[in-house]
Amino acid sequence: MTAIADTTDLVDAASERPAPADDGTSRVVSGLVWLSRHWSLVPAVGIVAIILLWAIVPGLFTSQDPLAIVPTARFLHPSSAHWFGTDQLGHDEYARIVYGARPSLTGSALAVAIGVVVGSLIGAVSGWFGRWVDALIMRAIDVVLSIPGFLFAIVIVVVLGFGIIQAAVAVGLTSSATFARLIRGEVLKAKASNYVEAAVTSGTSSLAILRRHVLPNSIAPTLSLITLQFGVAIMWIASLSFLGLGAQPPQPEWGRLVTDGRNYIATASWLTLWPAVVIVVAVLATNHISHFVSNRSSSR
Amino acid sequence: MRRYILKRLAQAIAVLWAAYTLSFILLSVLPGDAIRNRINAPDSLMTPQQAQTLLEYYGSNRPLIEQYVRDLWGLFTGDLGYSITNGGRVWGLLTLNLPATAKLAGLGLVIGLVFAVIVALLINYAKFGWLKDVFSFLPALSTSVPIFVIGIIVLNVFAFDLHWIPPVDNHTFTALIAPAATVGLVVSGPLAQVLSNSIRLTRSQPFVHVMHAKGAGEGYIFRKDILRNSLLPILTLLGLTIGELLAGAVVTESVYARAGLGQLIVTSVNTQDLPVVQGIVLLTTAIYVTVNFITDIVYPFIDPRIALDEKTTRAARTRRLAAAEGLGGDLVEAADLFEKRAPVEVARS
Amino acid sequence: MTLTNESAPGSVDGTGGEHLLVVENLNVAYKVHRRLRPTLHDISFSIAPGEVIALVGESGSGKTTTGHAILGLLPENGQVTGGRITFRDQVLTELSPKGWRSLRGRAVSLIPQDPTVSLDPLRRVGEQVEDTLSLHSNLDAAQRRRQVHELFETVGFRDVELRYRQYPHELSGGMKQRVLIASAIAGEPDLIIADEPTSGLDATVQKQVLDLIDDLRRRNRTAVVLVTHDLGVAADRADRIGVMEHGRLVEVGTPEQIFDSPQHPYTRRLVGAVPSRSAVPVRDVAAVGRREPVITVTDLHKSYGGTDAVAGTSFEVHRGETFSIVGESGSGKSTTARVLVGLTEATSGSVSVLGKDITRLDRRGYRPLRQDIQIVYQNPYSSFDPRFDVFDVVEEPLRAFQPPQLPWKRKKANRDRIVAALEAAALPPSFADRHPAELSGGQRQRVAIARALVVEPKILVLDEPISALDVSVAAQILQLLENLQRERGLTYVFISHDLAVVRAISDHVAVMQNGRIVEQGAVDDVFSRPSSPYTQKLLAAIAGRKLVHL
Repeated sequence: MTAIADTTDLVDAASERPAPADDGTSRVVSGLVWLSRHWSLVPAVGIVAIILLWAIVPGLFTSQDPLAIVPTARFLHPSSAHWFGTDQLGHDEYARIVYGARPSLTGSALAVAIGVVVGSLIGAVSGWFGRWVDALIMRAIDVVLSIPGFLFAIVIVVVLGFGIIQAAVAVGLTSSATFARLIRGEVLKAKASNYVEAAVTSGTSSLAILRRHVLPNSIAPTLSLITLQFGVAIMWIASLSFLGLGAQPPQPEWGRLVTDGRNYIATASWLTLWPAVVIVVAVLATNHISHFVSNRSSSR
Repeated sequence: MRRYILKRLAQAIAVLWAAYTLSFILLSVLPGDAIRNRINAPDSLMTPQQAQTLLEYYGSNRPLIEQYVRDLWGLFTGDLGYSITNGGRVWGLLTLNLPATAKLAGLGLVIGLVFAVIVALLINYAKFGWLKDVFSFLPALSTSVPIFVIGIIVLNVFAFDLHWIPPVDNHTFTALIAPAATVGLVVSGPLAQVLSNSIRLTRSQPFVHVMHAKGAGEGYIFRKDILRNSLLPILTLLGLTIGELLAGAVVTESVYARAGLGQLIVTSVNTQDLPVVQGIVLLTTAIYVTVNFITDIVYPFIDPRIALDEKTTRAARTRRLAAAEGLGGDLVEAADLFEKRAPVEVARS
Repeated sequence: MTLTNESAPGSVDGTGGEHLLVVENLNVAYKVHRRLRPTLHDISFSIAPGEVIALVGESGSGKTTTGHAILGLLPENGQVTGGRITFRDQVLTELSPKGWRSLRGRAVSLIPQDPTVSLDPLRRVGEQVEDTLSLHSNLDAAQRRRQVHELFETVGFRDVELRYRQYPHELSGGMKQRVLIASAIAGEPDLIIADEPTSGLDATVQKQVLDLIDDLRRRNRTAVVLVTHDLGVAADRADRIGVMEHGRLVEVGTPEQIFDSPQHPYTRRLVGAVPSRSAVPVRDVAAVGRREPVITVTDLHKSYGGTDAVAGTSFEVHRGETFSIVGESGSGKSTTARVLVGLTEATSGSVSVLGKDITRLDRRGYRPLRQDIQIVYQNPYSSFDPRFDVFDVVEEPLRAFQPPQLPWKRKKANRDRIVAALEAAALPPSFADRHPAELSGGQRQRVAIARALVVEPKILVLDEPISALDVSVAAQILQLLENLQRERGLTYVFISHDLAVVRAISDHVAVMQNGRIVEQGAVDDVFSRPSSPYTQKLLAAIAGRKLVHL
């Protein structure tokens, strides 16, 4: 092509060069190279996959009934029969954690879904229409954000009542303000971008610009926030359950399990430890994936 | 200068008013209010006359709009209404419980900041690669552990196993350390993330390169340039961190069985004591708004680009908002968003 | 691969004998993903006291890396893998970090490339100049301050105490660069590395800054390594020029040697690509004649919030000609272009394009006209939707005027026209399936041109289309535009700050300053007999005048 390739500067050599089109074998090789650079993604994705499976098909992972009360098997230490021990009623703790994945995860998923849908809608309207619509919506969002998030979620729980679904809605509505702000920012950025201007001068109509350029480019950056928010939702729902405002007994939910175990922490610490570890690991894994997604989108 | 402050003040008051309206709307849409619930409870021994007196006492037999205006007026006179469960003044309950929470949050902030600064410095200046990696992991870890988990672990280890700290609040300073460290640890994660990113970003700025070219060492550059430049985003985060500390206090006080606003809100929620819940929300919002107001006032003294004269204030505000864009909501998100905004390493040719 | 001994640049020395700095077989590599990627290969040259050597080359040639290696300021992943640098009797490549620190700022200093980001925004500029003195002298605070005042006088500031107390955001780009120069000379260094010291500055400001550097080095016999992409600047200011390509120093010589008898093929290509030395024929204005006007602008005003970006301009553009609007930043040339393509509405006056009055048209009303008038931007990459591949990018204007249809049908139907547009922009059809991120800057600009061509417009507005490109690539793009105009009878409105380029390709030119056209006419008249003092000043500021024989 051009006689002198105007490549990127060598000082900037740390940045990756665009990869040339690969044939079959080198694609495998480059896939392996990619994996070796992002090896930490493997356990993170693995953990999330396992937890998802717990939620979908808990019966595959344990034959125990999480609600079965066995008076003879109270406070058993972790063993090969009861991996994470048993609680004060003889429930198998491992089974309770596996079955607890479903309320915890559906709660988080619902929270994130509400946050994304409500937030994106508000944000997109605000950013696209601009002017007074934008000013009004943004002031309202400032107000919501000036109330500490967790307290705001508590207030919503008061309105909706206690329970896992209510807690999820509360967390979702609280996070929607953040999503709205992010989406609005992205819409504004896209609106001001050179490629939208180029689309205007190309003759594209404004509706087509919204559909073809602004929306797709505004939604991509939220992907990392969605995964991140998933972890946050797990934590918040667990915290609400811990305060007794979320899942109600005997439903096995992770935060609830920690609360229940806490009374026996001196004698049966596994009842607190294992659900806590599961929560932390789950959140760490989703955060790690979120990090990866955000790095990827910002390097584009 | 005076106009700038007045304008900020007006904005702060407007936010408070809106927050009040929002909480009023939220809490008044409740199906059946708590007082009627109490009157209609099957075990209630109230005569209809007593019930009427009770309704009048709380004013909840009036039209909503009248309640709204009356409560709003009360807000200015420090009158937040009366608790439903014990009939005491909400304002009294708040002032009774605030000091304990303020101590907890205050020490928590100090611990969180110290911890964040140490971690951020180690991430950026540690000599060994593996040490950097270890410390880079800390903020991510601390943002992934729910506060009640940290609390329970700390309490268990230090109070029950080691007996270093009293297991219940005996109003001594030692009893405060563990809960304060718990909230401190939680807020330190995002702070450390933001601070270490902003140090890294500042160090990659061309003006730091120019400092090296002047023959300056790392210490000199840190004192002269890095310190102030990288503290700016922390200042923006301060209001958010305070809010987060207060929210963290809710869980922490529950874990450590300490009296305070956190305990108060949990009890009030469980007993549907709405005036108290609303009072606490308004108080924390007021604290958040005040901290942000102070930040707004202090900011121009640290960043000369934010001029105080009226003509440029709007532009300055926009710029500051742009700098903090996305820093709303949860601190964890804030830290991440901040990082995402960080431009890729500055190319030098 | 390596240079033969006769042409080894190290042996060439402008003044003979005394060396200030000797670079011998310098090799630098960058660590990328745990692997060393060699970047500089056996660079050898030397500088005598008071000498200016310019390192020229295109981006990626390693000229900046060479400058930074001399300062010991390679990026963290860079390292010297071979050779040595000797400064006086010190071997720099063996220095300890402490040794480097005492040398930098005192004996060797830097004038950085982008003044707008090279000063700490939170500190007074005076204090930042004082750094050098605090680090390298025993002066007390009062003495240092006095010294900074003197330095500020040296670089041409008048109200020195006021300047001392100002913050970077209160200074213009040129003033910031003066502050940085003051800081660079504060330690009375023997050698200054000037790394693209004027890129991003307007031509007239560029001239002032370069004059200042020239003046200072004459006064103090300071040697200068001038890193630049601009051959004109190198020709004007350097005693010797080193040409770099792909991390190698391919040729060193006096400006006369380099420009009149270049030895290395790359040098020849580089020199040949300088506008108006390249083979663009002198245009015959008479032949273009005064055909019918396609754009008529009368007393155009455009104001933003009370200030006039464009304050009463009138001009006509005729079919088939290249009409250039030239000016410095803030002159209103880009605003004029935006009005022409209907991105912004005129405040008053009248604008007609192809016989249609567009003055009062909003974006929607302007749309039908877009099949006839298209624009090419300065930064093509940012004008592509990051989610689009080349096919989508080029298809966009076509699609805008087609009724909605199924994607695969549409793509199939449009393919031929897109391939034709790509070929018109001298790109192979296979490029349609690539992503712009995989392309070089020149290729991206060709894609942008293909996009503009795909609807077969009559007018192209070219907004600084080559100023982000390396000189040889820019020459190719200009050639392409030239050919397209000849084949298709296109009318160009060419927006530029670069007078040399404008001179080479225009039929008519308008010179803008502060929103007004200070002079316009046939390109030869304006360039050879400029009537306005501003045009004269602009022409005087063109770097490399002796080189392009204007």
